[in-house]
Amino acid sequence: MKAADPRGGRPGALPVLLPFALPENRAAARLRPAHLWLLAGLALVAVPAWAQGGAAALSPLEVVIKWAPLLLTGFAFNVAISLMAMAIGTVAGIGLGLAMLAEGRVLPRLAWCATQVFRNVPWLVLLFFVMFLVPFQITVFGIRVPLPDWVKATFGFSLPVMANVAEIVRGAVRSVPNTQWEAAESLAFTRRQTMWRIILPQCAKRMLPPWMNVYSLIAMATVQASIVGVTEMLTLTAQVHAAEGGRPELFAPLYGFALLCFFLYCYPIDRFTAALERRFETR
Amino acid sequence: MIATIQAWFQQLYETTGFNFTVFYDPYDWDRYVAGLRMTLLLGISTILASLVIGAVGALLQSGPSRVLRALVNGFVVVFRNTPPLVQIFFFYFGLGTLLPDIRTADGLRAPILNNVQWAIISLSLFAGAFNVEIFRSGIEAVPRTTVEAAEALGYTRFKAYRYVVLPLALRVCLPALNNNLINLLKTTTLAYAIAVPETLYAVKQIWSESQNVLEMMLVLLATYAVLVGVLVWIMHRWERALRIPGYGR
Repeated sequence: MKAADPRGGRPGALPVLLPFALPENRAAARLRPAHLWLLAGLALVAVPAWAQGGAAALSPLEVVIKWAPLLLTGFAFNVAISLMAMAIGTVAGIGLGLAMLAEGRVLPRLAWCATQVFRNVPWLVLLFFVMFLVPFQITVFGIRVPLPDWVKATFGFSLPVMANVAEIVRGAVRSVPNTQWEAAESLAFTRRQTMWRIILPQCAKRMLPPWMNVYSLIAMATVQASIVGVTEMLTLTAQVHAAEGGRPELFAPLYGFALLCFFLYCYPIDRFTAALERRFETR
Repeated sequence: MIATIQAWFQQLYETTGFNFTVFYDPYDWDRYVAGLRMTLLLGISTILASLVIGAVGALLQSGPSRVLRALVNGFVVVFRNTPPLVQIFFFYFGLGTLLPDIRTADGLRAPILNNVQWAIISLSLFAGAFNVEIFRSGIEAVPRTTVEAAEALGYTRFKAYRYVVLPLALRVCLPALNNNLINLLKTTTLAYAIAVPETLYAVKQIWSESQNVLEMMLVLLATYAVLVGVLVWIMHRWERALRIPGYGR
């Protein structure tokens, strides 16, 4: 007899009368072969429609292919900004997170306030803050150091990263059992030694998945730099659109190309994060 | 009362140079309040719409139809892994120009959906994709025996979802939902990019006309701190009101 789905709701088949079946675990959302068929179908419908662009003007697909090298350079710049912001933000965030856990009264309070402010303010507002209030050049020991806008944008993105990483560090350290601290203390480790040699190495595993989530978010947020005038992928996309005569039917393919680039970059990171989470799951 | 506040800020400007125009210039104040109202409109409408999208998506995702499941999965995966700003541009510029125009009463051509409506649509879809995943994790936490008990009592699949599974799942996933809705409120600033006159847009206009970037930046930070704070407070009240007796502390 075929095992009926207990949720089938077939009249007469009371769930209690059905043989016991282990509940199937539905997996999280991910791409399956079915999506490839859907995409292929869409492409079959969309490509002929694009190709009808006429002889005089390039068809949208040709426009995208023609400008792809330039747009991909822009995308590489986005990735570079996100990597730098992540590096700066992680270092600062670990410092801030440890400050929140420090002994004493003033330092943890201050660190907590800073974390809350930088976490709760919209990223775009922080970006505006840095772009408008940091001077375009600074003078260090009599040497003028120019600060181009992309440097300021990187700094602006590293602020929210810092706050989020600080929260991750704090949460991970809090999740280590107290007995670890006590055991280290009884072995005569100082507080600093305990932190760096015993607690943090255990935390690294727990911190990796949320840290990668933050990276994915910051990689997607770098396009906001175009709003404050940094030349990156979206700025280039708008310029390409203007260069091709500003035809309205070009918007969808050009922005679609940007969506595709980010999707191809972020989706593997997302899957990898989920795989790590499953692997490190402590039960 | 209002006159004294205005006089105080006017005096602050004259004595210290801190030019908080919003608090004494009625024109700037009106623009600021209009921006705040637009942010609230965006925030509330997208929160409600994304909750509906999340609940419906989670229902379909657990449903029997393979095609619907694949569609919901694809939607979630795509919207979670692409930048919200590019989504907004794609919807507003890409799809907005493809839709046919309509004629207004005086014969002018106008797009079917204006920028505010497109912002609401794309932001709701963006947050809704996250909500589907959040609700799904909550639904999975509901014991299977509970669903079976509901079925034994004669609930249909939809009724069991509506009256038994969803209320329990909602309580389980509330902390994650809080985070996402707060994130959504912060993401509404992206509507600035398609010229929706929300708080950031209004404040930017004020500071470029009155030359008081620092002061308006402080007002902006304070505004969002208060908005997020109020949302956090509401969600915590809600969380406490919905608490399942016997769980947690």
